[in-house]
Amino acid sequence: MSASRTIITRRAFAGGAALLGLMRSARAQGFAGLSEDADGFAQVLPGKDFVFPADHGPHPDFRIEWWYVTANLTDVAGNAYGLQWTLFRQAARPGPQGEGFANQQLWMAHAAATRADSHRTAEKFARGGVGQAGVVDKPFQAWIDDWQMAGSDRTDDASLAPIEIAASASNFAYALSLEADRPVVLQGDHGYSRKSEHGQASYYYSQPFYRARGHLSFDDHSVEVSGSAWLDREWSSQPLASDQSGWDWFALHFASGEKLMLYRMRQRSGNYTSGTWIGADGRARPLGPDGIVMTPTQTVEIGSHKLPVSWRVDIPALSIGLATTPLNPRSWMATSVPYWEGPISFTGSHQGVGYLELTGY
Amino acid sequence: MRRVLWILAVLLSHWRRHPMQLATLLIGLISATALWSGVQALNQQARQSYDRAAAIFGGARTPMLVARDGKAFPQALFAELRRAGWPVSPVVEGRVQIDGHSARLLGIEPISLPVEVGNAPTLGRTDLEAFLTAPGQTLVAPETLADLELKQGDTPRLSNDATLPPLKLQPQLAPGVLVVDIGAAQQLLGKSDQISRLLVGNSHGPRKPLQQVAGDRLMQVEPDAETDLERLTDSFHLNLTAFGLLSFVVGLFIVNSAVGLAFEQRLPMLRTLRACGVSARQLNTVLVAELVVLALAAGLAGLVCGYVIAAALLPNVAASLRGLYGAQVPGELSLQPEWWLAGLVISIIGALAAAATSLIKALRLPILSSAQAYAWQDAQRRWLKLQSALALAFFAVAALLLWLGQSLLAGFGVLAALMLGAALLLPSILEFALRLGERGARQALVQWFWADGRQQISGLSLALMALLLALAVNVGVSTMVETFNRTFLVWLDGRLAADIYVSAADEAQARAIQSWLRARPEVEAVLPGGRAETQLAGAPVDVLGLPDHATYRDHWPLLQSAPDAWKRLVPGDAGFISEQLSRRLNLSVGDYIDIPAPGGDWDVEIVGIYADYGNPKGQIAVNVAALTRRFPATPLTRMAVRTDPANVPTLIAALSNQFGLDGRNVVDQASIKRESKQIFNRTFAVTGALNAFTLGVAGVALLTSLLTLANARLPQLAPLWAIGLTRRRLALIELLKTLSVAAITALLALPLGLVVAWCLIAIVNVKAFGWRLPFDVFPLHLIRLLIVALLAAVAASLLPVLRLARMQPADLVRVFTIER
Amino acid sequence: MHVSLAICRDAKWQLVVLSVRNLFKTYRSAGEPISVLRGVDLDVASGERVALTGESGSGKSTLLHLIAGLDAADSGDIKLEGASIGALDDAERAALRRERLGLVFQQFNLVPSLSVSDNLSFQARLAGRHDPAWHAELVERLGLAAVLQRYPEQLSGGQQQRVAIGRALAVKPLLLLADEPTGNLDETTADEVMTLTGDLVRRTGCGFLMVTHSMRLSAMLDRQVTLHAGRVA
Ligand SMILES: Nc1ncnc2c1ncn2[C@@H]1O[C@H](COP(=O)(O)OP(=O)(O)O)[C@@H](O)[C@H]1O
Ligand SMILES: [Mg+2]
Repeated sequence: MSASRTIITRRAFAGGAALLGLMRSARAQGFAGLSEDADGFAQVLPGKDFVFPADHGPHPDFRIEWWYVTANLTDVAGNAYGLQWTLFRQAARPGPQGEGFANQQLWMAHAAATRADSHRTAEKFARGGVGQAGVVDKPFQAWIDDWQMAGSDRTDDASLAPIEIAASASNFAYALSLEADRPVVLQGDHGYSRKSEHGQASYYYSQPFYRARGHLSFDDHSVEVSGSAWLDREWSSQPLASDQSGWDWFALHFASGEKLMLYRMRQRSGNYTSGTWIGADGRARPLGPDGIVMTPTQTVEIGSHKLPVSWRVDIPALSIGLATTPLNPRSWMATSVPYWEGPISFTGSHQGVGYLELTGY
Repeated sequence: MRRVLWILAVLLSHWRRHPMQLATLLIGLISATALWSGVQALNQQARQSYDRAAAIFGGARTPMLVARDGKAFPQALFAELRRAGWPVSPVVEGRVQIDGHSARLLGIEPISLPVEVGNAPTLGRTDLEAFLTAPGQTLVAPETLADLELKQGDTPRLSNDATLPPLKLQPQLAPGVLVVDIGAAQQLLGKSDQISRLLVGNSHGPRKPLQQVAGDRLMQVEPDAETDLERLTDSFHLNLTAFGLLSFVVGLFIVNSAVGLAFEQRLPMLRTLRACGVSARQLNTVLVAELVVLALAAGLAGLVCGYVIAAALLPNVAASLRGLYGAQVPGELSLQPEWWLAGLVISIIGALAAAATSLIKALRLPILSSAQAYAWQDAQRRWLKLQSALALAFFAVAALLLWLGQSLLAGFGVLAALMLGAALLLPSILEFALRLGERGARQALVQWFWADGRQQISGLSLALMALLLALAVNVGVSTMVETFNRTFLVWLDGRLAADIYVSAADEAQARAIQSWLRARPEVEAVLPGGRAETQLAGAPVDVLGLPDHATYRDHWPLLQSAPDAWKRLVPGDAGFISEQLSRRLNLSVGDYIDIPAPGGDWDVEIVGIYADYGNPKGQIAVNVAALTRRFPATPLTRMAVRTDPANVPTLIAALSNQFGLDGRNVVDQASIKRESKQIFNRTFAVTGALNAFTLGVAGVALLTSLLTLANARLPQLAPLWAIGLTRRRLALIELLKTLSVAAITALLALPLGLVVAWCLIAIVNVKAFGWRLPFDVFPLHLIRLLIVALLAAVAASLLPVLRLARMQPADLVRVFTIER
Repeated sequence: MHVSLAICRDAKWQLVVLSVRNLFKTYRSAGEPISVLRGVDLDVASGERVALTGESGSGKSTLLHLIAGLDAADSGDIKLEGASIGALDDAERAALRRERLGLVFQQFNLVPSLSVSDNLSFQARLAGRHDPAWHAELVERLGLAAVLQRYPEQLSGGQQQRVAIGRALAVKPLLLLADEPTGNLDETTADEVMTLTGDLVRRTGCGFLMVTHSMRLSAMLDRQVTLHAGRVA
């Protein structure tokens, strides 16, 4: 297996990796070129002022970027579901944007729908410059073919809500309305999110407070669903250090209204752990690398991949001790760059639901 | 197993003692397989290239969205359709000139290209990056590369000074096509933000109705089951196939006679095997196995021969296809494994079919022979009757097909039924003729001559049938070719009445050339012409503008015309149509047609029908002034020039100098004629070669039959020798006998051949090409063929006859001494 | 069978190899049905040499063919070594012929495309019991050593019939059936062939049933039976 397949990076990075995987670049180093030199691309530096709606739109000077929605849903009978809607952007080269088909942006999208006994995925690709895929900040719109995440005149810039997301594939489809009454949350140091001790970083903000309502269909069987959704926005030019092989990432909705984001970058010497605790009021508190303990408790084997799908998470400073369980342990994204992404639930000091992402296994 | 092998060895021992019979069998199988698979190879090769042409990024094989006006449309529609759920992929297309060669430039968008459209044969995933990122790639077929005299990595300059991305070899691509990324193609073709068509993938998501997204601008074109090229060239391939089939049948005749003879000779052996304890099932299994082994060996040899034949003929076939239909077929043979497999299978099936009667006889073989002395005569008489009845049935089928059939296939059906019927009737006719001879004979020896000939018929009949068929087809085809040749030459003279043909780059140049030419004293007339394209009944049609000039009036070959046809052309409300068009649309003189023209339909009365050989498109000829009125955009860039033939070279040289024209823009009449004739000669070269092969096969059939008969005939000849005829005289008599039988066959072949020619000219040609030729008989040709047939018979009988003449008396005596 | 042969030879027992009981055969071809055999009874013991005589058309060949399983009787029973052949299918009859019977006909029925040597071993090879030593002995006794590589058409009639007899005996059959084996031979040659055959039959110890016209030849055998009016007298 080529390096680009075995070593997969984290969610957003998966997008870039997939596009690069498609290109199978001979120049690529590290995994699929994600740790390539960022020469010519804009750099991620601390102290950026986020401006909305402009920052909801694309940042073509950076190498990669994504719009990433996950939702934990239930139907009236109480059955749990999960869904994913992701749009990735990758620039093939730096410099001024080419016109029409000469544009250097490549777009990729993943959609998935999960229930306890089934996990469906789909994938799309498009070139930039001609309108087949893209993102517009006002009124907000992100799309690729007929998959879209669309705002309207009513969409508030600060909360990026209300908004509609929809995707359809041969064996599943969904359409959800998302609403939120709190502004987006800047991750890390005011939106500057470190990925290693060596300066690799991304700009990162989230909207974890979406309330979702809509319908979801497996094959042609449709159900009404509602629940919580989480948007991640991230862009960078060199998000991974050369010795990082992948990551484990959590987005958790606490039943009591708080949110927790955690990630662990796996690298050759020690892991780089980070996270954000978000109060029910929307106030964010960054968590340092030292205060988080993440321990796999159970793995499943999918093909040749060994995946830690159940975890024990401890944050002593917050008196948090959680045990997580996947809704469907086989939430494997069999896309051109494969990874694991699926809904989970947790118990322990707190209860709730969330999403887990495992890449690079 | 040992037992089976021993039985096989015993069966095979027969061939060791009768090598000529084995040779006959093998030659029959080999030639059947060779000609059949050779023709299949040619067809397969051609079809493969049509497929390649059709499959390039959809081509005619994928549903497409095109603009209603056929023009390019804004690429924004692409994104709108994608967002509406349509799995479309854009293509931009145009023609470019590289160093004088014209090529089709295709811009594709590999990322949205639906998988089923066939990016697989053209773009590997590995190459995607190189294809997409600067400087990109130009995918090109090996043939195109060779044509352009370029190599991989070159970046040729186009006539508009743009430069192509580096060339990259792509063997699956059709010749004459250059494939680049759509972004590059838009730049190269000057079609920024434009696309020519959208390929529609077959993923089944929800789609908004087309109307709602694109309004009336686009329409969906469903894929053709058959491409245009396939339709056009079908008849040509059918022709080839018919010849292949004929050769196959002739080959099987040989096999049948060889197997039949061997079986008769092996009857006692088979009985002995049964009596000594071989069960019927075992014996039959081994007999079939023996046949399969022989068929496999012969099939392999036949395939090799077939490959050689196909390789030898392919350049001609490719040239005809290009000349007649514009179909690009590479001149190099590349065959798929299925071809080899199919060849072996056909060889085995052929052998089993040819041996079926013998095998069934073996199956029913009673162990105890009842020696019935004259039974075989009865059997032969019964068989002759059955054959005659079958022959009449075939004739009835032929008549029925002639009466009811409309298609080309029916035409070939008539031919096949006629020929098979005639072949089956042949032994009866020969028998009848020889009996007449016998009755008319006074002298004992002469009487014996005829009677003995009659006895020989059963042994020779299959070979003679093969000869009959081969000769008849030869007569038929050569008559057709000769007819065509003559008609074509006369027609060419009429159509190409002017001396020089000039085609200017644009109208300005055309005007300049005209005035320059008019100023030259040696130029007798300058006749401008034009050509517009339109559609009639869904098919493209050319509208030709003819000047009102004596050159056309006196020479243009009209098949039918109304009175004063040329005069009536001038006002512009009358026109001539080509024979193909008249047949296709069932139009005749006096009918009216509505020609779709930019300013509205143009109502034209048909006042003449002319021959337009070799043109797959229909054509309408009108007055040139009327044409420019109705089709204002028609460029008048073509002109014909009348001058004294002696002035032609200097005039052409002067023209080329003055206006920078080259061989493609200015041509003299003689060159056009030469090229046209070459195309047709090549077409018929293929037919001729297959024809000759078939005749050769028939000759071999005759030879081998005579050789196998020779031994069996000793008991008939020995008594004559004993009563005082010298061996030489005997040999001479044998030769005469073969010759007379062959001569009767050949004489019968002549009328049959003429019927075949009539079928070809009146049915097959009309259906296949849309034109009918006058039916002429060429007696000299017939005489020549008669002589060829007799020479073949002499050649075939020479070896056995020489053997007889040199035979040792002891061998003849043995006939009397060995108890049988 | 070998065991029983061995027993019969050593103990000089007369073991019945062929027993025909109440055999009927009628030909029903185009014209009148011809009732050829009407209740034939016949026994041949191992080592016994029986001459079957009768006028032309009396049904001798028919009887031989029925015994050889080449044709089927209308009724009655034929037993070889006590086993009835009536119930056998084609493949079993073929096996019977190749392994337990030797057949010699008036017309020599050699395979013209096989050499004398191959003709001799023809049936033995079919039966899968070609025995080179026995083959060599046969060649020597039949005086065929000089012509082994020739083809049948290059032999005289007497030589051809000797090859046919050798072929039949090469399998060491239980029963040798011969239908006028000397019919095409002159008197001297016929005697010669008869003597040879008698010797060889004694050597193998098989039963021998021979159809002949010649009183002289039939007298050379152990027992004579006559077919008359469809029955054995
Ligand atoms: N296959 C047959 N079909 C009809 N009749 C036959 C057949 N074979 C023999 N016969 C008749 O049966 C009678 C006995 O014949 P056959 O056994 O050959 O006599 P034999 O050998 O004693 O001369 C004869 O009349 C003969 O014509
Ligand atoms: Mg008899």
